[in-house]
Amino acid sequence: MHVEVDEPKCVSAGLCVMSAPDVFDQRDDDGVVILLDSDPDTALDEEVREAAGLCPAAAIRLVEK
Amino acid sequence: MNRILVVGASAAGLAAAEALRREGYDGELTLVGDEPDAPYDRPPLSKQILSGEWEPHRLPLRSPADLDALGLDLRLGIGATGLDLAARTVLLGDGSRVPYDGLVVATGVRPRRLPGTGHAHVLRTLDDALALRDRLGPGRRLVIVGAGFLGAEAAAVARGLGCEVTLLEPAPVPLAHAVGEEVGRVLSGAHREHGVTLRTGVTVGEVTDGGVRLADGELVGADEVLVAIGSVPNTEWLADSGLTVDNGLVCDEYSAAAPGVYGAGDVAHWHNPLFGARMRIEHRTNAAEQGMAAARNLLRPEARKPFAPVPYFWSDQYDMKVQAFGYLRGHDEVTVVEGDLDERRFMVAYRTGDRLSGVLVVGLPPRAIRPWRAAIAARTPWAEAVRTLAPAAGVV
Repeated sequence: MHVEVDEPKCVSAGLCVMSAPDVFDQRDDDGVVILLDSDPDTALDEEVREAAGLCPAAAIRLVEK
Repeated sequence: MNRILVVGASAAGLAAAEALRREGYDGELTLVGDEPDAPYDRPPLSKQILSGEWEPHRLPLRSPADLDALGLDLRLGIGATGLDLAARTVLLGDGSRVPYDGLVVATGVRPRRLPGTGHAHVLRTLDDALALRDRLGPGRRLVIVGAGFLGAEAAAVARGLGCEVTLLEPAPVPLAHAVGEEVGRVLSGAHREHGVTLRTGVTVGEVTDGGVRLADGELVGADEVLVAIGSVPNTEWLADSGLTVDNGLVCDEYSAAAPGVYGAGDVAHWHNPLFGARMRIEHRTNAAEQGMAAARNLLRPEARKPFAPVPYFWSDQYDMKVQAFGYLRGHDEVTVVEGDLDERRFMVAYRTGDRLSGVLVVGLPPRAIRPWRAAIAARTPWAEAVRTLAPAAGVV
């Protein structure tokens, strides 16, 4: 699946990093999301969906391939 | 199970509906909400929407296409008015009855109000936020009753818009009950520095035509009044249902209120086994987490998992982002474990009993927070957490 993030919406909660650390990280200065991998391996699908579902700003959008 | 009904179409209800589909449920799925708008995000209401930085089109939680893909029977602008548990049927405000095999209750909360003849704003819905935003501007006198996180965020935004802001709070230190006196004082200081008139230890009796009247009779004049004194769970529709209602819908550690009935989000008063405490949490992230957990447990009763999250909230005030992990309420001790309160760059840790129960952070990088969050989730004893994570703090 393809992952997109809407940076201006991000509230720096960091729940995505806890759910899917191989796909998301956070900037040091303000905690805003960094997308490490916009087309992660399918083995990570579950983690990525969890991250998108938990994101308190609805800032992660998934496009199923 | 072939008919699932989710009552409440905000963050928790939507998360439940999405999780049901993700977990493979392909039966009928009805999502009912009393607001006319498709599910939207509330935290920006007291931030980017109130300030005018964002327009409402940024608020929907999902695009119309993503909503469509869920295959919902989406009924908006209709509230639930009753539940017949034995007949497994929910009665809606338009007179219709919706039978279900599984039910998720996610009806949220509504603002508490004050008596009086004057007009007061509240801040819960998009309409509330837009109505208040229309009335703010340079020189406008805004009185905010209640210096909790919502009132404090609105105060910060209103100052940014040039309003004269008076913040009235009954407690001696705002937010002390929630985050401790030390942090409460830091936040108060920021408001005073930004020109907010913060009056503590005052009780408001009523809203009048020209402002608010305090319990001692004093009139505090205002062009606009915002009442931000907490919320009331929307449970009236459950009153005669046989479910237990006590400060929200009472749920067990699985978030279940009865067989096949689950609660999620602001309305759910459930037992969190991680902290061994019953809690009702009005935080955005809890809505999503609990909605997902309720959906999974409803769908797979044989493999139910306790809902045992580390609560999280954040608040934006001026240039400060306040972030807290854990369950801070009722803590026994607060200790600064990194940084400096006066510089507004710090982490404080909370002890409840002999355990680390939470941390609150302002202005520190995310990687400083993560090990603490993990320690809270692992039920780490206080002494061990401080010794291993904050050796420099010198406590214990």
